[in-house]
Amino acid sequence: MNAFPWLSLLTALPVVGAGVVLVAGARSDRAARFLSVGFAVGALCIALLLWHGFDVNVGGMQLVEQHAWVPALHIQYHLGIDGLGLSMLLLSAIVTLISLGASWKIEDRVPLYFALILLVEACLFGAFTALNFIHWFTFWELCLIPAFFLIKIWGGPRRTPAATQFLVYTMAGSVAMLLSFLAMYLAANTFEFEELATIAQSGRLLPSLAASSSWMHLTPEHLGLVIFAGVFLGFAVKVPVIPFHTWLPDTYAEAPTGTTILLTGAMSKMGLYGFLRILVPIFAPQMQSVLTPLLWMAVATVVLGSLSAMAQTDLKRIFAYSSINHLGYCLLGIFAAVRYAGSDAQLLTQRAAALSGTMLQMFNHGITAATIFWFVAILETRSGGARELSDFGGLRRNAPVLAGMMGIALFSSLGLPGLNGFISEFLIFKGAFPLATWATALCTIGLLITAVFILNVIQRVFSGPLQERHSNFLDLSGKEQMLLAPAIALMFLLGLDPQILLSHLNATVLQLTNTIKF
Amino acid sequence: MSTNLLALLPELVLTITGVLVMVLEPVIPAGKSRKPLGWLAILGSLLSGLAAFYQLQIVNAQGTLTAFYSTIQIDPFSIFFHLLIAAVVLVTLLGSLDYFESPITHAGEYFALVLFGAVGMMFMTSSVELLMVFIGLEISSISTYILAGFRKGRATASESSIKYFLLGSFATAFFLYGVALIYGATGSTSIGPIAAGLAITRTPTMAILAVAMVLIGLGFKVSAAPFHVWTPDVYQGAPAPVVGLMSTAPKAAAFAVLLRFLFNGTPMLHGHWILLIEILAVASMCLGNLGALKQHDVKRLLAYSSIAHAGYLLVAFTGTHQNAVAGACFYTATYAAMNVGAFLVLSQLSGFSERIRSIEDFTGLALKRPGMSALLGFFLLSLIGIPFTGGFFGKFYVFSGALQNGHVWLGIVGLANSGVACFYYLRLLAAIYSRPTSDSVAYIPVRKVTAPAAVALAATALATLGLGILPNKLVHLVERATPTTTAAVAVQPTQQ
Repeated sequence: MNAFPWLSLLTALPVVGAGVVLVAGARSDRAARFLSVGFAVGALCIALLLWHGFDVNVGGMQLVEQHAWVPALHIQYHLGIDGLGLSMLLLSAIVTLISLGASWKIEDRVPLYFALILLVEACLFGAFTALNFIHWFTFWELCLIPAFFLIKIWGGPRRTPAATQFLVYTMAGSVAMLLSFLAMYLAANTFEFEELATIAQSGRLLPSLAASSSWMHLTPEHLGLVIFAGVFLGFAVKVPVIPFHTWLPDTYAEAPTGTTILLTGAMSKMGLYGFLRILVPIFAPQMQSVLTPLLWMAVATVVLGSLSAMAQTDLKRIFAYSSINHLGYCLLGIFAAVRYAGSDAQLLTQRAAALSGTMLQMFNHGITAATIFWFVAILETRSGGARELSDFGGLRRNAPVLAGMMGIALFSSLGLPGLNGFISEFLIFKGAFPLATWATALCTIGLLITAVFILNVIQRVFSGPLQERHSNFLDLSGKEQMLLAPAIALMFLLGLDPQILLSHLNATVLQLTNTIKF
Repeated sequence: MSTNLLALLPELVLTITGVLVMVLEPVIPAGKSRKPLGWLAILGSLLSGLAAFYQLQIVNAQGTLTAFYSTIQIDPFSIFFHLLIAAVVLVTLLGSLDYFESPITHAGEYFALVLFGAVGMMFMTSSVELLMVFIGLEISSISTYILAGFRKGRATASESSIKYFLLGSFATAFFLYGVALIYGATGSTSIGPIAAGLAITRTPTMAILAVAMVLIGLGFKVSAAPFHVWTPDVYQGAPAPVVGLMSTAPKAAAFAVLLRFLFNGTPMLHGHWILLIEILAVASMCLGNLGALKQHDVKRLLAYSSIAHAGYLLVAFTGTHQNAVAGACFYTATYAAMNVGAFLVLSQLSGFSERIRSIEDFTGLALKRPGMSALLGFFLLSLIGIPFTGGFFGKFYVFSGALQNGHVWLGIVGLANSGVACFYYLRLLAAIYSRPTSDSVAYIPVRKVTAPAAVALAATALATLGLGILPNKLVHLVERATPTTTAAVAVQPTQQ
C-alpha cells in the first residue's frame, strides 16, 4: 500500500464529508448526524488500516508522499507517519467519534455543527501527518477556524469572549513560531522538519543562523535561544503550559461539550506533538540550557493545574484544569529526557521510558478525557444544563450503570492500576525520576491532589442524598451503554496490555532517543 | 503596429470605451436603465486586459519595449500592474452593474469615470518619466475624487469627496515639488538619468529632500501613516464598490511608482529612504491596527485595516530589489482580491442606500444571508492571514523578504500587528455569527444577488483561495518582474 496516497485520502475524507453533510443534511438533521458519523467511521477504518499495515520495526517515516508545492520558497507537500503520528491519527479518529456522540443532542443548525467537527478532524489529520513546516502550519492554523465557530455559535453564555480569547492567544503563539521558522528558513533554506533536525544535530544550524540574521549582536547561542523561545511559545500556548494556560478554562467551559472533547482529546495533543516532532529533534541543546525553568514550568503545570481543579465547583472547569494537570506529566517526561547528553545504555533506557510514557500518556489522556467529558455532557443534558457539583448528589441510586461507567473513566484519570492512565504515568515517573529527581518528586504531589479532587467529584455527584429534582433521573439506556462500552473497554485494554500501543511506538521512541545529542 | 501604439494599447482601449460611454449617455432617455453603458464599460476593461496580455506576449518575445522618447517602458513589471488594474476594474464594474437601486441619470458617468481612473493608474505604472507619472496620478485622482462623492445629496458623501480632493491635491503638490527638486539635483525627471545624475550630483541633500517629498505625495495615495487621516472619512462616505476600487487599484499604481522610483531611480540613496520607509511601515501598521480596534462602522474598520495593510506592503520595500518587487507585487494582488471582495459583499448586502453599516447591524447576518456571510467571513480570514488564503502567502512573502535583509525588528512588529489585527476582524466575524437581536438584520430587505455580481464575487473568492493554495503561477510571474533600467532609458532623451 505504498503507492496509494492513504494519508492524503485520510485528510481529504472528512473534508468531503463536511461538504456532503452540509448539502445532504440541509433537509434533515437526522441525516446530517448519521452522515457525519458515517464519515468519521470511515476515517477510523482508514486509521485502523494504517495501524494494521504499519511496519513496527521502522523508526523513520512511512507512507511518505512528497510533491513540490511552491518550489521558489522550498515549500513542499510532504506527508508521512511514524509511530507517534500513527497513534495521534488513531486518537483523533476515536475522539472525533466520541465528540459526535456527545454532540448528538445539538439542535441548532445541525448540519453546520457536524460539518465543522469533521473539518476539525481533517485539520488534525493534516497536522499529524505533515512534515514540511508550511504544510503543517497551514493545518495548525486552519484548525482554529472551525473550532472558533463551534465555540462562538454553540457555546455557553460567555461564548464570544471565550472564542476570541482562544483564537487570539493561539494566534499570538503561532505568530511567534512563524517568525522563528522564517529565521531558520533563511539560515538553512529548508522548511523540512527532518532536514532541519539533521542540520541542527550536526551543529550547523546555529552558525548559519548567526550568519544569516545577525540580530542585535547576539551570540549564536543566544540567537538560538531566541529562536527556540518563539517556537516554544507556539506550542506552550496550545498544550497549555502554565503560565500560558489562561485561555483554557474559559474556552473549555464555554465551548459546547462535544467541542470541548475535541479540544482536550485531540487538539491539545497538537502542542505536545510539536514538542516531540519539532522541539526535541531540533532544539534539544537549547532546551537543555534552560532546563531548570522548563522543569519548573512542568511542575507548575502538574501541581497548580491539579490544585486549581480542586478549587473549582463547575464540572467542566474541574476537568479543564485536570486536563492541564495530566498533560503536565507529558511535559515532565519530555523535559527529563533532554536533561543529560550522552548515549550510555542506562541513560538511553531511562530516556526511552520517559518518552514512551509521554507518548502513551498523550493517547491515554485523549481517550480518558474525551470519555469523561462525554459523561459530563450526559449529566448536563439529563439535568437540564446543570454543571455545578452542588447540583448533583446521590445519582448512584437512580443511575447505577452511569455511576459505574463514569467511575471507571474517573479512576482511569486518577491513575488506578489496571486502567490505562496508570501505565503511562508510571512509565513517565520511572524514566524521569533518575533524570530529574527533584522535579519528579514534586510532581508526585500532583498525583495526590488529583486523587483528592476526583474522589471528591465521585462522592459529590454519585453519593449522598438524592436531590428532589433528580428523582426522575434516567440511567444510561441500552443504546448509550453500547456506545460508551468501547471507550471503557479501550481503557481496560490499554491498562492491561499496553504493549498493543507500545509496540507501535518503540521504534519511533528509539530513534527519537538517539537524536538527543549535543 | 507601431511601438508607441502598442505601448499604450490598454490605456487606449479604456479611453476609447470611456469616451464612447460618455457620448452614448445622453442618447439614452432619462429614466431608462443605464445598464447597457455598464456592459460597454465591462467590455472595454476586458479588452484592455487582453491588450495587456498581448503586450506580455510581445515583451516575452522581444524584451522590454520603450516608447514616446523613452518615457514609457513596457516590461513584465508594468504589465503585471496593467493586468491587475484591469482585473480590479472589471470586477468592480461587474459588481456595481446593479448597485444603483433605481435608474439614476448620472449612472453613465460612474462607468466612464471608473474607466478614466484606470487609464491614469495604468499610465502611472508604465511611465518612467516623473512628469508623465504626475499626469497619470492626476487623471486617476480626479476620477476617484468624483467617484468618492457619488452618493449625491448625502452629507457624508460630500465630506468624503471634498476631503479627498483637498488633501489629495495638497499631496500631489508635494509629489510635484519632489519632482522639481530631483530635477534640480540631477538635471532630469526620468528614472534612468536620475540614477545616473545622482552619482555625480553636488547637491545630495536636495535629492534626499526630493525623495522625502515624493514619499509624502505617494504615501498619501497609499494611505500610509502619518498621511492616513483622510482614509476613514473618505471610505465611510464613498459608495462601497468605489471604496473597493480605490483602496486597491490606485494604491497598486502608487506602489508601482514607488518601487520604480526608489529602486531604479534612487538606489544611491537607499540608506536614507530605507529609514523613512521603515518609519512609514511601522507607523502604518501600528496606527492602522490600533485605530481599527475602536471602530463601529464597518467601512471605517476596513479603512483602518487598509492603512495597516499599506504598512505590511511597505515592509516588502526593505527586502532586496528582487524580493521587494516580488513581495510587493504578490501582496498587492492578494490584497486586491480580498479587499475588493470584502467591499463587494458589503455593497451587495447594503445596496446604494447603505442601510447596514455598523458592526451591530451585522449581528446575526449568518442566519439571514448564509452565503454572503460565509464569503465575507472568508475574506476577513484572508485579511487576518489564515493559511489556505492569499493573505497568508502575502504576509509570508513580505516578512521573509524583510527578515532576509536583516530587518528583524520590522518582522517582529509586523507579525505582532497581525496578531492585534485578529481582534477586530474577529469582532466583525463574531457579530455575523451571533444570534440576531430583535433590532439587527431582521428588517433589512434581502437584495437578490444578480448574475454579474455573483460572477464578480466568485472571481474574487476564487482568486483569494487560489493565491492561498496554488500561489506558484503568480510567484513565478512576480519573481521575474523586477524592472531594469534599460539602456534606452539611461540615455538622455533627445531634446526636441
